[in-house]
Amino acid sequence: MASIPQDLKYSEDHEWVLVDGGVATIGITHHAQDQLGDVVYLGDFPDTGSSIEQGDPVGVVESVKATSDIYAPISGSILEINADLIESPELVNSDPYGEGWIVRMKIQYTDELADLLTHEAYEELLD
Amino acid sequence: MQTLLGAKRMVDAGHTEVRHTPLHGVHKGMGARLVPFAGWEMPVQYSGILAEHRAVRGQVGLFDVSHMGEFLVEGAGAEAFLQRLTSNDVSNLAVGQAQYTVACTETGGIVDDLLIYKRAGDRYLVCVNAGRLDADWDWFSGHHSADDQCSLVNASDDYAQLAIQGPRALDVVQRMTTENLSEVPTYRFVEGVAGGLPCIIARTGYTGEDGFELFVDASGAEALWDAVMEAGQPDGILPIGLGARDTLRLEMKYCLYGNDITMETTPLEARLGWITKLDKGNFIGRDALVKQKEEGIPRGLVGFVLKDRGIARHGYRVLVDGEPSGVVTSGAMSPSLGTAIGLCYLPRGRTRAGNSFEVEIRGRLVPAEVVKTPFFKRAGN
Repeated sequence: MASIPQDLKYSEDHEWVLVDGGVATIGITHHAQDQLGDVVYLGDFPDTGSSIEQGDPVGVVESVKATSDIYAPISGSILEINADLIESPELVNSDPYGEGWIVRMKIQYTDELADLLTHEAYEELLD
Repeated sequence: MQTLLGAKRMVDAGHTEVRHTPLHGVHKGMGARLVPFAGWEMPVQYSGILAEHRAVRGQVGLFDVSHMGEFLVEGAGAEAFLQRLTSNDVSNLAVGQAQYTVACTETGGIVDDLLIYKRAGDRYLVCVNAGRLDADWDWFSGHHSADDQCSLVNASDDYAQLAIQGPRALDVVQRMTTENLSEVPTYRFVEGVAGGLPCIIARTGYTGEDGFELFVDASGAEALWDAVMEAGQPDGILPIGLGARDTLRLEMKYCLYGNDITMETTPLEARLGWITKLDKGNFIGRDALVKQKEEGIPRGLVGFVLKDRGIARHGYRVLVDGEPSGVVTSGAMSPSLGTAIGLCYLPRGRTRAGNSFEVEIRGRLVPAEVVKTPFFKRAGN
């Protein structure tokens, strides 16, 4: 098992969230990309600026064999989609916590962050 | 990520007893990801589907296809029996030759697609799909009687089958045998020794690459697997799972039973007219197929590419002139081409290359265009 970064929060849907001030960067975990296998497509992103509620779909990630929705772990507005993933979806596999980040959102309700898992709790979920 | 594990379950609804090939332990030892497939637990990938796909296109790969079934048809009436059960002309086969064919129902639907190997004037081996093994056995044995003057045996548990596929396959398999394989053309086979084991060495495959399929007694499966991996080491051979097997065959527009061909599709609709010999004499389904040909084949299986971003998956709706017109039968991102490709049935008159239609992807209509197939062509072909 690859290490689970301690500075991130996690969702039960195997997404990670990096909180930096009022901005959340979101991606899928190492475990998620490993389960999916080679990622070949990301899409169905909402428009930049659109408002998203916690649990809404914010995109889809497709591997050779599987299609998975990505759900917003928090509410907020879309600031940016990682445009590099259009040409290089494999970044989600090679660097899931870094260059493979997927979406940046402006955090609407800070209290929703408490719904997310700590790295210890996420590790427990995987066991 | 909520559909993450759902996809795997989807593949195998309805099968309860899971079967293993004689190489199951080998796959586990190699760290393969095992998934249910047609009642079997099979490797979907070892190192990764894309790497495995590229290994077969670029060098060579080894597949365990022992889940496929083998029927033996032997005796004076063997040829006549197979002529009656299948659409291609068995009388065209020479000893040492293999033939792609289908078995049809009385109404022309496809029971399964098959390979028939003629081992002697009165001895044939029929290779059938794993997912159709029970249905095929019911169909073949249900149409077999003492009057046929041949025996029919389900030898599926006796055989393991390995496929060695890729531009380096000839060199790899040649290292394992004293048979001169350069004298074994495509769709021919020899019975000899490979890796120290008696085998049927057939120049057949399901990838579009040069390659061989080896039938061996199930007890020798592991020894043969090890021998192939050793012989292939200088060429960087990789074990290949069902994931890459599917993308490789799709790039060639080879049909997958259950997706592209079913009991509800005829070989004429599936564009398998080249193995449907309506002039060879009677066979089960012939009357229906003759009638369909006379009346006009209502639809045809085509290859398409998406003209916008997305991946068209099996089961997604197809729209022609805005009207629902069936579903995508197979679809994937082509690892060789880097574009989304797929197969579907389109109505007569709309099947020519260049014709446009739409695929519904999660509520979005994505333009698609019929293209010539195979999607992928080997350099030099």
